[in-house]
Amino acid sequence: MLKQLEGSHAVAEAVALCRPEVICAYPISPQTHIVEHCGELVREGKMGNCEYMNVESEFAALSACIGSSACGARTYTATASQGLLFMAEAVYNASGLGLPIVMTVANRAIGAPINIWNDHTDSMAMRDAGWLQLFAETNQEALDLHIQAFRIAEQMSQPVMVCMDGFILTHAYERVSMPTQEQVDQFLPPYTPQQVLDPANPYSIGAMVGPEAFTEVRYLAHEKQLQALDVIPGIAAEFKAIFGRDSGGLIREYETEGADTIVVTLGSVAGTVKDTVDEMRADGKKIGVVTVGSFRPFPSAALREAVKHANEVVVLEKSFAIGFGGVVANNIMMSLQGTGIHVHTVVAGLGGRPITMPSLHRLFDTALKGELEDMHFLNLQWDIVNAELQRQREQIASGPTAESILRNIQTDTARGTPTPAAE
Amino acid sequence: MTKELTAEQKVKFYQKGTFTVGNRLVDADNRSVQASMERSNAITSGHRACQGCGEALGARYALDTAMRVTGGQMIAANATGCLEVFTTPYPETSWQMPWLHSLFGNAPAVASGMQAAMKAKGKKTRIVAQGGDGGTVDIGFGCLSGMFERNDDVLYICYDNEAYMNTGVQRSGATPGGARTATTMPVGEAYPGNVFGTGKNLPRIAMAHNIPYVATASVAYLQDLEAKVEKAMSLEGARYIHVYVPCPLGWGCASNATINLARLVVETGFFPLFEAEHGKVTATRPIRQRVPIEEYLKPQRRFAHLFKTDAGAEAIRKLQAMCDHNIAEYDLLREGEETLA
Repeated sequence: MLKQLEGSHAVAEAVALCRPEVICAYPISPQTHIVEHCGELVREGKMGNCEYMNVESEFAALSACIGSSACGARTYTATASQGLLFMAEAVYNASGLGLPIVMTVANRAIGAPINIWNDHTDSMAMRDAGWLQLFAETNQEALDLHIQAFRIAEQMSQPVMVCMDGFILTHAYERVSMPTQEQVDQFLPPYTPQQVLDPANPYSIGAMVGPEAFTEVRYLAHEKQLQALDVIPGIAAEFKAIFGRDSGGLIREYETEGADTIVVTLGSVAGTVKDTVDEMRADGKKIGVVTVGSFRPFPSAALREAVKHANEVVVLEKSFAIGFGGVVANNIMMSLQGTGIHVHTVVAGLGGRPITMPSLHRLFDTALKGELEDMHFLNLQWDIVNAELQRQREQIASGPTAESILRNIQTDTARGTPTPAAE
Repeated sequence: MTKELTAEQKVKFYQKGTFTVGNRLVDADNRSVQASMERSNAITSGHRACQGCGEALGARYALDTAMRVTGGQMIAANATGCLEVFTTPYPETSWQMPWLHSLFGNAPAVASGMQAAMKAKGKKTRIVAQGGDGGTVDIGFGCLSGMFERNDDVLYICYDNEAYMNTGVQRSGATPGGARTATTMPVGEAYPGNVFGTGKNLPRIAMAHNIPYVATASVAYLQDLEAKVEKAMSLEGARYIHVYVPCPLGWGCASNATINLARLVVETGFFPLFEAEHGKVTATRPIRQRVPIEEYLKPQRRFAHLFKTDAGAEAIRKLQAMCDHNIAEYDLLREGEETLA
């Protein structure tokens, strides 16, 4: 059924269709509308016997999920940003225990400076925690990925993080196709855990493991993620057979045929990139796009295949490894080792800075001309950066950078100089 | 795993003729359930606890009772700590019940999730969570308070040995003033062991949540501990039992001093035994034979420095004052009342 829904509500309704038994919630922007609507659906009796728990922290939220999932209940939670980091210890624990929890991450920046807007720093901070990480491009895909996530998680006995851009997707009203309960039931069988806490057959779970087996446990987790490289496309294909649309999978190609330059990105910005590429293609420019749907496991082989005829790859990412460079780009460079394809890193959209078509046009044209530097920050306001660097050279004083530059910007504004803004 | 190795395993007694294994030498009516060869056996023998470990004793009696009263329909969540480490050296386990260890600070939240799962599935299986004083008073405190406030159907048991023993005896929020730990080493007159802060009385904090049941217990009074666990399991909602468990290694006492110290801490008034329901004290255990705090401090090396300096003497006076306060507060010297065995 077609519905005009906010992204968060679409996700909550999709989760409801998956018949979860326990939902744990702790509110954080921009995840709030998801858990609010989940709570509403439970109270309206639209989630069967589902237990909805409001807990006192994100650490408790995921911890409660660990308890309920270990007892064999289909379990869901959602978080973002600081919340994901606050539960970090439990994030690693849930995957180490092999618990098929599904968690939405409404991607948001990490402070300080505190910032509620979208980027991918939160999910990327947890990229090595052993969870599968799927990135949604649209609200439709966010909805679909949740249904697939429960299947993948339960089949692999591994937790899955569905990453969707905070505000850009969570708070956007869009038309989505909402599946029927019959379709979801056909796709997603009831959860039958492999190992469960049951008095009839008592297990001890979470024992201490020393050097004699720890490496093997870790390697097997890696092996499982490699297996997921086959499982994820298989489940996406099954999904298409029942629901009639392409959603999920490892990567998606767009106009890659004959492209000399391929932009690799993930999340909702892929839409803006594709629109830009459409216009450039109309001008005869040989450029294409690859969207990464699964960041963990990282689809190295599929990516290598998709870009093998290109001369260069431009990685456009909303994350940044301070002191080194791109996070996604780093993964792509390792995947393309030995191919000779040049990889550029473009860090964009941090803390919610808009990524617009005009700036993408300029960026991609620079790349096509062979003038793009290896590491580029899109729309970085060099005047602010240089002024602060200059101040730091003149006056040695420790202190937070944000407060210093804000003071300078305010001073400029007071003088009548307009604050430099993104387009 | 064969059937013989699960919950059905016969209980083995190694210390024949002692009062600690279920009081088998007293009249049948007065015997603890532990004396029965048919009883449940939550933590089986062969675990790696130190000799004289109060926590192993307390956990075994508490969980055996919970298993008995639930007919084995229970699941345990365990915080990181000695109890977790000594019972589950991979690939072995002492637990004869479904048991999960997740993290240090999250056992109450894990238990909350378990009880939610049982509710959703319509099962009657009960949930017990447990941790040491560090996992309870310090790092797990937020999760514990949340579990209390929601009144989740969980019995949380804290085994309090007054420091982080698993990591090598560092101070916790439950370490008494004046005690020597690896992070509160006494130095002459200036620093006689741990500081006297304002204290963090977790049973009282639990009571402030108005939860259905709060109790304190000591491993010197095992039947009392069993009765309290039984009472707790007869109630629904959030329940808390704080068990005093001496640690010979961390306290610097003989391994056969565990029971005596667990008795002296009660008889000095330093650790009053009481029960409370919905925030009100409903029962206390009167002191049978009052002893000064020195009698409790002397057998423990963690307090030895207090007997050498003026600052130490002042610390002992403060500890005695805390006993006196408890005795008055809980009316522990009242006359004409039969005390528990």
